[in-house]
Amino acid sequence: MTKIIEVEHLVKKFGDLVAVDDISFAVEEGEIFGFLGPNGAGKTTTINILCTLMKPTSGRATLNGFDVIRQQNQVRHSLGLVFQDPSLDIRLTALQNLKFHAFVYNIPGAVAKRRIEEILRMVELWDRRKDEVRNYSGGMRRRLEIARGLLHYPKVLFLDEPTLGLDPQTRNHIWEYMLELRKRENITVFLTTHYMDEATVADRIAIIDYGKIIALDTPDALKSMVGGDIVTLKTENAEAAVVEIHDKYNIEAQYDGAEVFFEIQKGEEFIPTLVNNFKSGLQSISVRRPTLDDVFMKLTGREIREETGGPTVMMKQWAMRQTRGGGGRFR
Amino acid sequence: MNNLRGIYIIWYRDLLRFWRDKARLVTTFVMPFLFLVVFGTGIASSMMRGSGGSDFDYIQFIYPGIIGMVVLFTSMMTGVSLVWDREFGFLKEVLVAPISRTAVAIGKALGGATIATIQGLIMLVFIPFAHVSPSIGGIITLIAVMFVFALSLTSMGILIASRIKTIEAFGMVAPLMLFPLFFLSPAMFPTQYLPAWLGIVVKFNPVSYGIDAMRQAVLGSQQSAMFGIHLFGFRMPIILDVVVVVMFGIIMGTLAIRAFRIQE
Ligand SMILES: Nc1ncnc2c1ncn2[C@@H]1O[C@H](COP(=O)(O)OP(=O)(O)O)[C@@H](O)[C@H]1O
Ligand SMILES: [Mg+2]
Repeated sequence: MTKIIEVEHLVKKFGDLVAVDDISFAVEEGEIFGFLGPNGAGKTTTINILCTLMKPTSGRATLNGFDVIRQQNQVRHSLGLVFQDPSLDIRLTALQNLKFHAFVYNIPGAVAKRRIEEILRMVELWDRRKDEVRNYSGGMRRRLEIARGLLHYPKVLFLDEPTLGLDPQTRNHIWEYMLELRKRENITVFLTTHYMDEATVADRIAIIDYGKIIALDTPDALKSMVGGDIVTLKTENAEAAVVEIHDKYNIEAQYDGAEVFFEIQKGEEFIPTLVNNFKSGLQSISVRRPTLDDVFMKLTGREIREETGGPTVMMKQWAMRQTRGGGGRFR
Repeated sequence: MNNLRGIYIIWYRDLLRFWRDKARLVTTFVMPFLFLVVFGTGIASSMMRGSGGSDFDYIQFIYPGIIGMVVLFTSMMTGVSLVWDREFGFLKEVLVAPISRTAVAIGKALGGATIATIQGLIMLVFIPFAHVSPSIGGIITLIAVMFVFALSLTSMGILIASRIKTIEAFGMVAPLMLFPLFFLSPAMFPTQYLPAWLGIVVKFNPVSYGIDAMRQAVLGSQQSAMFGIHLFGFRMPIILDVVVVVMFGIIMGTLAIRAFRIQE
């Protein structure tokens, strides 16, 4: 396998703010590489540097073997982009936007015509192709942008929060197409997101926070950092339950005011044992696999999506304690 | 080769947008009409009274000035369109495309200049009100002058838009540039009667030479002789006017391309 993107000690500062703080990583050809991190982590800035929109403060990066500072034209030939922010000409029709793109990327007329129809049908905008984009809804615009990014079968496709604002059904539909196209055309996908479920399509994920990569591995390996499944129970007497679990199994359970929870390997096998001789008035019990959200929380003590209140806030504190305990594996 | 394609598509898109935005074509008529017919007639009639009737026909005089105004103001729309492209994000699509920044800037300048020339050409419908009868040669010269003039101004617009990045700021700065350029030129009044200091400012204004060239094209050198710009005691012939405009255009174009290439 060849490395299609190589990044070494990349730094980008905006005045005093260090948006990208000395990151290094490589992306293999044909891979789906995910960048997962909260808002402001530096994901878009990294993409801007890789796609020649910005110059790094220091460090270097190559894309398809070309230097992103000194060989910008070659780099631009190799990439496609779906930007996080809108980037359509809303005064033109969908068709005109795509034709512009096809011309710029030198797609021969007949091929362009065929592909434009195929892709507009895929994103379900074919019937509206002659409408000005300014009459489109947010979701329709997003779909059109994705269609445009895919149109020229780029070597590397950057997707910056691509399905933001799309309903789950459309999201799945578009992902299906993208994955199919990727196989067929051997496209490398560089994806940023703060949706954990979207990140799981990636072969490897870099978790980024405050401009630094704090973990980089396959989704499964990342999830295994959490140390097992998460078991949640409701009981009549929570304090007693916590004590009981500790005394019997030597497990540190937590109580967040509503539920008691702890993590354990092979949670579904442990539940019968636990339930069979539980004294503290069990009302309900559930087990779930760790998500990338749990991973992020374990690493940073914060949630990826800044929601307030609810049990998640308590989980935060719980996760923080866990990290303090044994974080040897983490960078 | 790829750069030629790039220039073409950027140019084409601006024309496509212009064509789709037909409302703009209608509003194009309003200001020139007011200036020529209302303002021009008003000034002309009051001048008649004052000077006891000379052979100076004010409407005939300002007609080329108003064409110049249309070209000047429409050209600055190129800068506006660049700022809009940045604000609406479309500029990013252009900047990551495999076209050089230079080609983008050139395409943009050419597109804006083409539109400004078309808008200027539309002003020819006012010929019946303007007491002029330009020759075919004169009109062809006018078109060429308008295009060169517009190209230098669209380059200036791109230069400004490369520095001033928000619509609000551009909306503040553009009139501050445009109105002095317009009023400190021979567009609205003959400049040979101006006080010396003002006359000098006019001679340093590149727009003056564009307007003068257009006036010579429309009126013929004879009719426009008495309003011309004199430099070092010589009446500027149209060809030298155009040379000044071209030189201004080259400077603006170079600066615009350089400014446009700067990366964050
Ligand atoms: N052009 C810019 N000028 C100044 N600060 C910026 C600029 N672009 C991004 N930033 C800052 O850099 C940080 C990283 O932003 P960004 O890369 O957009 O994060 P993400 O895409 O992960 O949400 C943020 O704090 C943001 O405010
Ligand atoms: Mg972002």
